[in-house]
Amino acid sequence: MSEEHEVLLQIKQLKTHFHLDEGILKAVDGIDLTIKKKRTLGIVGESGCGKSVTSQAILRLVPEFAKLEGELLLHRTKGNQKGEQVDLAQLPLRSKALREIRGGEIAMIFQEPMKAFSPIHTIGNQLMESILLHQSDNRKEARHIALGTLRKVGMSNPEQRLNEYPHQLSGGMRQRAMIAMAVSSNPSLLIADEPTTALDVTVQAQVLDLLNELKETVGTSIVFITHDLGVIAEMSDEVAVMYLGKVVEYTDVDTLFHGAQHPYTEALLGSIPSISRSGARLDTIEGTVPFPMNLPSGCGFYSRCKKAVDGVCNVADIPLVEVSEGHYVRCLLAGQ
Amino acid sequence: MLRYICNRLLQLIPILFAISLIVFIIIQLPPGDFLTTYVEQLRLTGTEVADSTIANLKAQYGLDQPLYAQYLLWMKNMILHGDLGTSIQWNMPVSEVIGDRLMLTIIISLISLIVVWAIAIPIGIYSATHQYSFGDYFFSFIGFIGLAVPGFLIALILVYIVFTQTGVSITGLFSPEYQGAPWSWDKVWNMLPRLAIPVVIIGMSGTAGLIRITRGMLLDELSKQYVITARAKGVAEQKLLFKYPVRMAINPLISTIGWTLPALISGEAIVSIVLNLPTTGPVLLKALMVQDMYLAGSFLLILSVLTVCGTLISDILLAALDPRIRFGGVNR
Repeated sequence: MSEEHEVLLQIKQLKTHFHLDEGILKAVDGIDLTIKKKRTLGIVGESGCGKSVTSQAILRLVPEFAKLEGELLLHRTKGNQKGEQVDLAQLPLRSKALREIRGGEIAMIFQEPMKAFSPIHTIGNQLMESILLHQSDNRKEARHIALGTLRKVGMSNPEQRLNEYPHQLSGGMRQRAMIAMAVSSNPSLLIADEPTTALDVTVQAQVLDLLNELKETVGTSIVFITHDLGVIAEMSDEVAVMYLGKVVEYTDVDTLFHGAQHPYTEALLGSIPSISRSGARLDTIEGTVPFPMNLPSGCGFYSRCKKAVDGVCNVADIPLVEVSEGHYVRCLLAGQ
Repeated sequence: MLRYICNRLLQLIPILFAISLIVFIIIQLPPGDFLTTYVEQLRLTGTEVADSTIANLKAQYGLDQPLYAQYLLWMKNMILHGDLGTSIQWNMPVSEVIGDRLMLTIIISLISLIVVWAIAIPIGIYSATHQYSFGDYFFSFIGFIGLAVPGFLIALILVYIVFTQTGVSITGLFSPEYQGAPWSWDKVWNMLPRLAIPVVIIGMSGTAGLIRITRGMLLDELSKQYVITARAKGVAEQKLLFKYPVRMAINPLISTIGWTLPALISGEAIVSIVLNLPTTGPVLLKALMVQDMYLAGSFLLILSVLTVCGTLISDILLAALDPRIRFGGVNR
């Protein structure tokens, strides 16, 4: 990880615990991440590993009964606090500062655009709402910006689309509208929560290209959340692998694919189909992710790990260790 | 949109025809007719009725003709002259029997409908956004009482309490001096405070039900993804609430208009009887009991037409509010 990139958002010991009747569900349990300017951080993991909750916690979108701890230090790029560093975790939920940051400096792209748009308002209405909040008070100008943004994301017939409803658009067009809504206010950070999962492969490739292009032209940083390692390889500069609410491996993308050290990452990589391995059986990871409640002490991956050693791995919590510069692994056996 | 409305209006014609037919069949279904009841009553009081008198009466009311002829005659008079037939029990045209009462009923019901919506929707919104708070439990408790206790019982209790405390009888819509008087501003003025009690009682269970519906619908909508999207855009909570989830939660309420309209006319029957209100409910009940066929038939027909119209109104409103319904219909 090179030092030339300035830090945009520093996540320190972020925890999101849901206090349920059955006990405490530790969806995100103490993660540290650094998001640099104009870089893409990929977060990868299975369903239920806490990657979506992490993304929502950054914008304080988790339900109010969830307990959020840690620091979310954002280097502000807009507003009268420009240049200052604010801790998002300390902002009151209904504060103006938080509303300015939401959508204005940190914007989100959601997984299913059909559900993420209101079905009874036009695309134009929902797109312009964001622009009117963050950029312009003038409806005419907002409409102009909306049209420009729709063109930028490659939407066909933008004028007509503004007056259409979400259900009248195809899946790919809907996701483009979603992206347009997110980038319309030139945010400094774009959080994409599995933006391509609901799309078919060709549209998926178009959307990924579009995001990479926007990163170059607009100069935003991206947090890219996915369970697809192939997408990670295409999109990310740095990668964090999450398991059970914790980061188990955190490094740059090359090291991840060529020198992964955590058994979970190795197992994930082993389960990708490859042309060079044709004919061989694909590896799988045995078992399922444990329910993140009342977990035993020790490594979270212990029950499924092929290298697990009884009496070593299941005794105490495993720390995240820097094995080489910028390469962090949460495994006692790493580097051996 | 216009095409949608025209299409729906055209669909009304066969539906209304079918309804009138069914209504006619239903009022013919019970054994005997009004004349048998009438003759029975006369005989009980000791009056002998000659067969020729019965035959005459039958001819006078067209009861000697076959059923389809009776139906055609009824329909013909209704469509061509707006004549709903003659009430045998009152010996007056049906429209005269119903007329005044219908207007009063509609006034009372519309006011209570407005009161219900004005009270229930804000409370429902409050309950949903403050789920499990003291206020939520409080309104739920009151709501369940309103749902569970029949309106006429509350009416009886109220009448009793007011009478024992003040000596004033609050039944009826007018003070005795205005009872038979023609309509005037004084009479309206006299009526307004007396309207409050029936409006509260008739509206009570509706309010309770509507609070529960609004609360439930809104709770569903509040956790939807598009609410989170709007929040992630930086929309202020208050604005967000009314623009997105409340708008969506209102839809099912609008679709209830369909059965609200007929309930306006017939729903307050028991309360009206208890409070001695000159509305349509008691007349309908009586007409059904003595088999006054044209009066009962007209009532059933009005109720059915109101149901159909109410459904039409709610469908058109829904289409105006929700594009998915609009485009899901005939336009594609």
